[in-house]
Amino acid sequence: MSTILSELQLDALTEMVNIGVNRAAASLRQMVGEQVHLSVPKVTLVSRDRAIATLAENETVNLVGIHQVFEGDVTGRALLIFPDTKSLELVRAVTGGELPLEEIIELEHEALAEIGNIILNGCLATMANMLQRNLKMSLPEILRGEPSMFFSLEPPPEAGEVVMFLYINFAIRERDIRGYIAMLMDMPSLAALQVLLDEFIERAT
Amino acid sequence: MGYRVLVVDDSKLARMAVAKLLSALHPDWTRVEAANADEAMGHIKAGSFDMAIVDFNMPGRDGLELAAEMLAMKPGLPLAVISANHQVEVVTRAREVGASFLQKPLTEKALEEFATDATKRLSKGP
Repeated sequence: MSTILSELQLDALTEMVNIGVNRAAASLRQMVGEQVHLSVPKVTLVSRDRAIATLAENETVNLVGIHQVFEGDVTGRALLIFPDTKSLELVRAVTGGELPLEEIIELEHEALAEIGNIILNGCLATMANMLQRNLKMSLPEILRGEPSMFFSLEPPPEAGEVVMFLYINFAIRERDIRGYIAMLMDMPSLAALQVLLDEFIERAT
Repeated sequence: MGYRVLVVDDSKLARMAVAKLLSALHPDWTRVEAANADEAMGHIKAGSFDMAIVDFNMPGRDGLELAAEMLAMKPGLPLAVISANHQVEVVTRAREVGASFLQKPLTEKALEEFATDATKRLSKGP
């Protein structure tokens, strides 16, 4: 499926996403007060089934995800997904690790929404700016479940849905947490994205 | 005099973007490109450039490690690390190894400031 995009289009997308998560890292750093490393080593385009299979093969059954819908020339949903077992660890990394467990559990929902919002907005806002388009984003929503649940949210997607699938490494306070960013788009949105990417490449080079 | 600028970035598009800005600012300067740290070190051994622009976010050795290595081999080399990650730690590390820090996406203004400063340093000699 990666062949849908040309090498240069995929390069442009990878570059934008990396700029986005690096900005997000800088925002998180302000929140956390310590250095935050975020990197996206690889961007791939896969089918929905492939995305589900990748998560099922590599991760535990239960996952936690932060979900936001984006709308504009390109419409779809963005998800930041972690293994459920890493969720408290992530919150602890962000809050500093001195809080008692009860408080961390209490904060979990809010902290996940905030982290997800910063990272997903970092990516989407950077992409929107670089593509010179406006994207409207919904508020973050926390979801828990098996891999397939994240890719069959209502309203049902159109046929031929494509997932832009990214691995994200998250390192903070000696903790190393790996997660995924998934952006689900239908074919018309992917076609629109291709046009925008070509315009961007034209401007940049 | 036309200087030679080494551009190190794993993204071809990012190298093309730097090339576009550079040729607008200094059409007489030439570029040497490297897609990773090893290629960049090959160029430094060959002595084929006068200043360098290095991406922070690269697989393998990151741009700051590479910058430190390059500056250890060629002290006084005008070198800029570029990244969207403007966290204090990254900017400080860049300064500590003797590099400039430029924010990504790179603007013509930021590149011009770096190029002007580099030109001054190079014309003074080592």
